[in-house]
Order: sequence, then structure tokens, then C-alpha cells
Amino acid sequence: MTNDHRLRTGGRTRGGVGESAPRPDGTLKVTGEFAYASDLWHEDMLWGHTLRSPHAHARIRALDTTEALATPGVHAVMTYADLPAATHYGLEIEDTPVLADGVVRCHGEPVALVAADHPETARRAAARIRVAYEELPLVTDEATATAPGAPVLHPGRTDAHAAHVPHPNVVHRQPVVRGDVTAARARADVVVTGDYEVGMQDQAFLGPESGLAVPAADGGVDLYVATQWLHADLRQIAPVLGLPEDKIRMTLSGVGGAFGGREDLSMQAHACLLALRTGRPVKMVYNRFESFFGHVHRHPARLHYEHGATRDGDLLFVTARIVLDGGAYASSSPAVVGNAASLAVGPYEVDNVDVEALALYTNNPPCGAMRGFGAVQACFAYEAQMDKLADALGTDPVELRRRNAMSQGSVMPTGQVVDAPAPVAELLRRVKALPMPPERQWETAGGACDLRALPGGLSNTTHGEDVVRGVGYAVGIKNVGFSEGFDDYSTARVRLTAAGGEPVVTVHTAMAEVGQGGITVHTQIARTELGVERVVLHPADTRVGSAGSTSASRQTYVTGGAVKAACEAVREKALARGRARFGAAHPAWATAGLRLEDGKVVTDGGEVLALLADLLEDDEPVEAEVEWRHRPTEPFDLRTGQGFGHVQYSFAAHRAVVEVDTALGLVKVVELACAQDVGKALNPLAVTGQIQGGTAQGLGLAVMEEIVVDPATARVRNPSFTDYLIPTVLDTPAIPVDVLELADEHAPYGLRGAGEAPTLSSTPAIVAAIRRASGLALHRVPVRPEHLTGT
Amino acid sequence: MDFLRPAGWPEALAAKARHPAAVPLAGGTDVMVEINFDHRRPEHLLDLGRVAELHTWETDGDHVRLGAAVPYAHVIDRLAAPLPGLALAARTVGSPQIRNRGSVGGNLGAASPAGDSHPALLAAGADVEAASVRGTRLIPVEEFYTGVKRNALAPDELIRAVRIRRATGPQQFAKVGTRNAMVIAVCSFALALHPHDRTVRTGVGSAAPTPVRARTAEDFLTAALAQDGLWETARPLPPSVVREFGQLAAGACRPIDDVRGTAAYRRHAVAVLARRTLGWAWDAYRAGEGREALCA
Repeated sequence: MTNDHRLRTGGRTRGGVGESAPRPDGTLKVTGEFAYASDLWHEDMLWGHTLRSPHAHARIRALDTTEALATPGVHAVMTYADLPAATHYGLEIEDTPVLADGVVRCHGEPVALVAADHPETARRAAARIRVAYEELPLVTDEATATAPGAPVLHPGRTDAHAAHVPHPNVVHRQPVVRGDVTAARARADVVVTGDYEVGMQDQAFLGPESGLAVPAADGGVDLYVATQWLHADLRQIAPVLGLPEDKIRMTLSGVGGAFGGREDLSMQAHACLLALRTGRPVKMVYNRFESFFGHVHRHPARLHYEHGATRDGDLLFVTARIVLDGGAYASSSPAVVGNAASLAVGPYEVDNVDVEALALYTNNPPCGAMRGFGAVQACFAYEAQMDKLADALGTDPVELRRRNAMSQGSVMPTGQVVDAPAPVAELLRRVKALPMPPERQWETAGGACDLRALPGGLSNTTHGEDVVRGVGYAVGIKNVGFSEGFDDYSTARVRLTAAGGEPVVTVHTAMAEVGQGGITVHTQIARTELGVERVVLHPADTRVGSAGSTSASRQTYVTGGAVKAACEAVREKALARGRARFGAAHPAWATAGLRLEDGKVVTDGGEVLALLADLLEDDEPVEAEVEWRHRPTEPFDLRTGQGFGHVQYSFAAHRAVVEVDTALGLVKVVELACAQDVGKALNPLAVTGQIQGGTAQGLGLAVMEEIVVDPATARVRNPSFTDYLIPTVLDTPAIPVDVLELADEHAPYGLRGAGEAPTLSSTPAIVAAIRRASGLALHRVPVRPEHLTGT
Repeated sequence: MDFLRPAGWPEALAAKARHPAAVPLAGGTDVMVEINFDHRRPEHLLDLGRVAELHTWETDGDHVRLGAAVPYAHVIDRLAAPLPGLALAARTVGSPQIRNRGSVGGNLGAASPAGDSHPALLAAGADVEAASVRGTRLIPVEEFYTGVKRNALAPDELIRAVRIRRATGPQQFAKVGTRNAMVIAVCSFALALHPHDRTVRTGVGSAAPTPVRARTAEDFLTAALAQDGLWETARPLPPSVVREFGQLAAGACRPIDDVRGTAAYRRHAVAVLARRTLGWAWDAYRAGEGREALCA
């Protein structure tokens, strides 16, 4: 057998775990060839359009669709009265009307649907729907939400949180109490307090909400859509359509970014309703303006903190009160509250903690999942507090952090013991040790001024006048995976066959590739586990079990874990088949430690026993399907917040170097260095990309990104990329990345979810640097020129 | 919506006369956004893409006659010497794609107070060449802006070109935005030194219902330069003059609070921009730029 030349080339399979394998969608996306959900097309399709409320809180007195229906080219108009089955849906609480149920509770709420043979016709017909609104008093903040006689936005609540919240306009409230704050306060030499505010950030994904629903002969529907979690959509859509889940077949279409904004339904149920009503395929694509109303945003927050320490800098206690504005509907507010409460103190050892986090129902835009999920808001505040404490103690802010940094074995305020590496101090040491970027980089050899290196950039606002440099540090802690007892599993189906004399692996999951690189990683895992270079990924759809959400930094961990486990099962089956077929020919078949490598079965000594292709030829494919779970968690106690609530923790630290034009209040971030522990980098290039992307998103929150809601009307004032600004390449600095790989023994390959942690510490590091440069206290993000100039 | 595509300038004027409400379309960088966002649905779009002469420019004595549809990218690449202020402003417009399509004529047609060209045109001195089947007239640019997004064009008129005075001295333009590129002005300021007639002109953007000249500031500085013989001596400007100029420039503002910035910030920032641009322009003058234009 070893005379076969094919058996002599041993060695590892290329493109496996740990390599920077190129992403299959990369070139297509960069060259504009990638097909996004907005590119979907079907013969005879109609276009769906949504009529939305111009008011944030109003009763619908009358709704007349006659004129819209009479518009030539219009095939259907649907309102609340036309809904065939369930009228409400929701990720955690079914409080969101499919179409407004006589009351609108936020600006942009869907009121009616139109299907027409042309998008312009649909738009015009929607404009002919007559809606008589009677405006109602607004709930816009904690004071108006809990005032005596405040309008109760969701009367008669029966959800899981209804019984324990202090007011029906509070979605969920979670305290975390540990130790004895009162006693600790008495011992504290220094106490600092602060009030902080985080504006409403948007995910600002570039591919707007879009999909295509095609009615099927069996009375069901095929839905092609850009989403983050196919099966969660399915679970919510089926009751709305009044169909069993197996009559709704969902396939993932090209997703142009998500960042949490595609966790909730947008056009999914609407397109299906119109398709079933008209019997025609229906496509819906939001435009950029509508997209700002088509998805939830990051919760704006008001945070009050108190930190006490000894004069040596040992943290004695932390109290925090975090009020999150959940907007009109719950979305994932309860889970965001759980995160904000349990991570409120940051990656520090503190024995005495008193935290309260809550989310409000208001008439502001609904808020839910966004990268960082409750931990972002807390991190901005606790890191500002750590700087304030360092100032009060006259100590170095990095040293203060390192002195109090948690480590493996530390106890969280929830009582959970951190049982994996927690290199907080080391991450801080690393970012601080990096060389500083040179000063005055705008000065060129010729004496001219490189405007791109200055605050204001090409707008030519300064040639160096009033430009002051500042340096700031921050570190954060984020949970990985779904927490608080959630059954967070992923399914993977792996099949090993031979095609043309070569082994081929097919991996089928329902994982939503939203840009995170999961498809690359699945290919790498299959190559490593099965020793086969050719890996085909089946399109993600609901013909296989759930892969959970592409969020919470969980996909590489959980669906990656499922793919790994399914590959292991396939490997065992393949080896069993080999033993049955060839075992008699070579005694090594009976030994343990056989591996699949480079298309061959090899012993742990490296001896080749068989070609995989020979094993598979003329036989059934080897197949396995696995439902894989991370270790279980438990809910937080509703009074004390105690509990083993999180699966894994993820840590990143940033050093920000900024230059501020102190006269105009304009900021140039010069460098944003990040050190992060990722456990194991399955794809180092992709990990660097995630860290840089998260860092840039944190930069956006620090200095420009905010959905501005008029407090008088609760209407969104800037729903466009003209006035909702996200960083350009001239705003995004060099981002040196230092990746640490300290394995977490509980996770596949020791990996640690990487996508979110860098979004946390980026923002407070930048604001700390701006504080250093400007000498101002700055308690709110995004920092605006007005804050820096006192205007 | 009807799409009119005249093959030449006379046909374009005829079409505009027939359909006075038709919206002219050149680069489309404003109009298409408004249509896509459903902010307007005109009955007629008048596509000027086939009118070749709108894309050309020529020098005419002391002026540059800039075709209405000459893109910003061209102004930056080819006209920075005669029109330095406008070229600086053009650099701050949108993205490279926008600068390849958008034009000064379009900026004038939209007449947004935040348009980047306006302060530079006001400071340089310019006339808008408005044409119709009735004939052609020149509108001084300071009389062109009549209100928020309104201009002095008659319903049957189209902008043929802008006649901009060639620079005889240093010019500057600076714009504040809350992003370091691709941003609409929170406020902007342009300054032109005109040594040939010993005057100074300015333009303020996005700080009043229309783009405006800060005339009090101009008069103050023109007088201060003459009084101290500074045009001739090119000595450093007294700091008190620079400071006062900034305050007077801020005084020309009639800003509002909006989603892009507060009125107070706009006033403050215009003062800073006025001081800085004056400093840079005067430094350039002292280094010799425009000194030859000075008549005895």
C-alpha cells in the first residue's frame, strides 16, 4: 500500500485552524460582486412597502385604505384588521404589534403594508392611506415613565418580568448586591461619584433590511432574508402567519452587516403576509431613511456611580445605578439589563457592590441588541470613574487599574468565580508598553502641513493652532454567549464523501454569516478535524437545526463547537468503517490515536494507513449531526443578582492617543492600540479584523455617532447618513493589535469570543484621552464640539 | 416623472421655459438624494448632461468663467491657481465620488446655506450667469441667495456659468464638521485678500439663513490694513486686529440650533476660523503671495 505515491505526501492539511485562511466572500465584497439580500429577484414579484407612523405616541382614530387599494398596480393593502393569526411578536416578550393595533408607541412604527407591481406605485399608494391620529402624552425618560399618572405603555403585562418590576413602564430591573457597602464606605479614604450619559448609537450596517418571500404550492412560504438568527425569526413568524414552522422555509441571503440590529424582525413577517395574501413573490427593501426605523438601536443610558478606595488605591466598594431607555418595545432589553447589572463594576475585584440596572418602556425608538450589549454603557462609566479615582488618589490610572484588576479565580459581584484566564493587568501592561506614535505628525519635511493628520482633516480648520495631545487608557469585560440559564445551542451537520477520487466535506449549519467570518472558520475547523482540504459549506437555512444567534461573540464558540463535534463524530464513523474494511490488513488500525490528515488515515506516529477517498468510494457518505451546548448557566437572583450567569468572559484594553483642537473642539484620534485575549485565534487575520472593527465602532460612539431624538416629540431628527455620522478612513487611526492566546479549557480549542470586547474599552479610552488634552470632565458620549468649547 | 434630455443649451432653455417647475439635474448629488429620500417628486427632471458647454471653463480677462457643471474634482486639479479659495472649498466637498459629479452650479442651484462653494465665491467676488430664452443676466453672488434653499433665479432661468474674479492675493477656506471628512458644514468661513484694490472680502457658510459676507469685519480689516500701511510694509498683523476681525465675523452670523450644532457654537467657531484664516492668508501675503499685484 505504501508504494502508492499518493500515500507518501503526509503532513498537515492546509488552511486549518490557526491559519489566516482567506475569507471566501472577501474578494466579492470588495469588488462589489457579492449578492446581498437587496439584490434578490423573482419573476412576477411584487414590491412591499410599509406605511409608518409620523407620531411617537398616538391613537389611531380612523384608517381608510380605499384610495390606496384603488391605485392601479396595487395588489394588496393590509392593516392590523387583516392579520390572519397572532398580532404581536417579540424576541423575549411578545409586545410588538405586527402592525399598529390602534395605538402607535414610537416614531416610525409600521401601520400598514402595501404590495404593488412597482416600488414607486407601492410608495404612492401608501401615501394615499388616510390615518387619523390623536396624539397622546409622551413618555420619554425615567421621570415621565414613573411619574404618578404616567401613561402605562403596555397595560396588563403578563411577561416574566411583570411581577417584579417597580412600575409597569419598567421592562426589567436587576439588582446585584454583594458584601456590605455601608461598612466599606465608612472605611474608604477616598470616594468619587459621577453621573454619566451614553447617547443612542445605531448599528449603521450598510446593507438595509431586505428579503424576498415566495408563496409555495403547499400553502407555505419560502423566505430569503438577511438576518442574524434564522430560527428565532421562524419561531416569531410562524404564529403571525398562522402556519406550522415546517411550512416556512428560510434561507439566509447576503447580509450587509448586523451588529445586533438584525436580531429583531423587520420586514420578515410583513413580506410573508403580503406574499400569502397576493399569491405572488414579494420583495421588501428598506431605504437608508427607513432603515433607521427598521431596527432597534443601542440603549441610551444614564448612569450614576460611586467608587470608594483606600488611600493605597484598593477598591473597597462600588455602587451603580444604570437606567437604560428601552424605547417602545422590549426587544432584548431584559438581557441587556442583566449584562449591564452583572458587568457594572468592570474587570475589577471589589468585595462590596450595590448595583441596580433597569430598562424603561418609553415612546422613544425601541432599543435592543448592539455589539457590546449593556456592557458598553457600563464600561464608559466605570472607566471614567477609575480615572477620577486615580486623580483623587494622585496615582497613575493604569497602575490603579492593574492594582485592582481581576484575575483567574476572582469572584464577580454575582458570586461567579472566574475560572478561566483573566489577564486584565497583563493587557493593560501591554498597551501601555507599546511605543507612542510620533508627535506633530502633520508637519512634513517641506514645511507644508498634512491636513489629514490634524483635527478637522481636509476641512482645513487648523494648521496646528491649539492642538493638544492626550493619552487615555481603558479596559473592559464582556460576557460571551447567551447567559442567565438560556439554552444556547448550535446544530451542525457534517458529511464526508468522495468526489472525483478526492474526499470532500460538506458542512451544513443555520449560522448567519453577517461578516464575522464564521464561514471561513467552519471550513478551517473541518479541515483540521477531518484532514480534508476541500470543504463545501451548505447555504444556511432552516432545513437544519438552529445555530443560535450571530451575536454575543458566540458563533465561533458555539456553532464552531458544533461543527467540531460533528466532525469528530464523522471521524469516528470513518475510522470505524476503516477498521471494518481494512483492519485485518494492518495491526495499527486497532491502535488508538488514529488521525485524519491530508486526505489520509494516519497513525499517531505518522504512518499512512489508507486514503480517505478509498474508504469512501462506492459507499454511503459518512454523516453526523450534532446539537452542541456550552456549559449551562443559571439566572441571576432577582433580589441579589447572585448566580453563575455567564458562560465565559472576554477582555480587551485600549490605549488612545488623541489630538484635540481645543479652540474648535474637534478631535483627531491619532492611534488606538488594543490588546485582547482571544484564548485561541482560529483565524488570526479575522481576529485582527474583528478587533479593529469593534475598536472603530467604539470610536464612533466616542466622538460622533448618535441618533438624536427630540425630547419634545420623541421623533428621530437625523435618520440618514448625512447627519448620523460614522467614522471615515480619515477618522479611523492606526489600530495596532496585540493578541494574547491564553486558552479557556471550557471552550473549543480554548477560544474566547472576540467580537465585542474591543467595542467596550475603545470609547472610554478615547474620552479619557480627550479629558487629558482638554482638562474637561466630559461625562457624556458622543463628545461634541459644544462640550469641548463650552458653547 | 418626466425626464427631459435636451441635446444642447438652446433646447435646455426652451425646455425650462416650457416647464418652469422642472428641476435641473447635473451631477445629481443633491437632487437624487432628495428624490431617493422622497423629499421631492418633481413633475419634470431636466437632465443637463448632454449640454457640453456647461462642462467647460475659460479665462476671461480678470475672471474665470466656470461652466455650471464643471465638477469639483476639476476645480481642485486645474483651477487652484486662479481660484485658490474655491479649490480649498471644493476639497472639503463630500467624497471623491461626489467631487467627480458635483459642481458649483449645482451648489448654487440648491442654494443651501451649508453649501461649500458659497463662502469662497462670496470672498473671491463672483457673478452668476443666469440664462433663459429671454436672454442672459449677471447676478452678483451676494444678491443670489435669497433665503434658505432659495435663490434669485427666475422660474425659466438656468445657471449657465459663474464668473469668478481671479485671485490677486492669498485666499483661505475652512469648514467645521463633526467628522474629519465627508461632512456637511456646521459652519464655514472664507477669506480673500485682494491686494490689487486693497480690499478684503469674506464669506460665512451655514451660520445664517443664507451664505453671507461679514461686511463689518471686511470694512474693519480693510481700514486697519490701510491705516497702518500694512499692505505696503507687510508687517505682522497686530493681535488686536486679528481678534477684532474674528469677533466682527462672528457678529455677521445669524445661526440656529440644529442637529448639527448649536447657534452659540457656530458663532464661536466662526470667530476662530476667521482669526485663523486671516493669520494664514496674511502669512502667505508676507511671504510674497500677491505682493506683485499691489499697485503703487
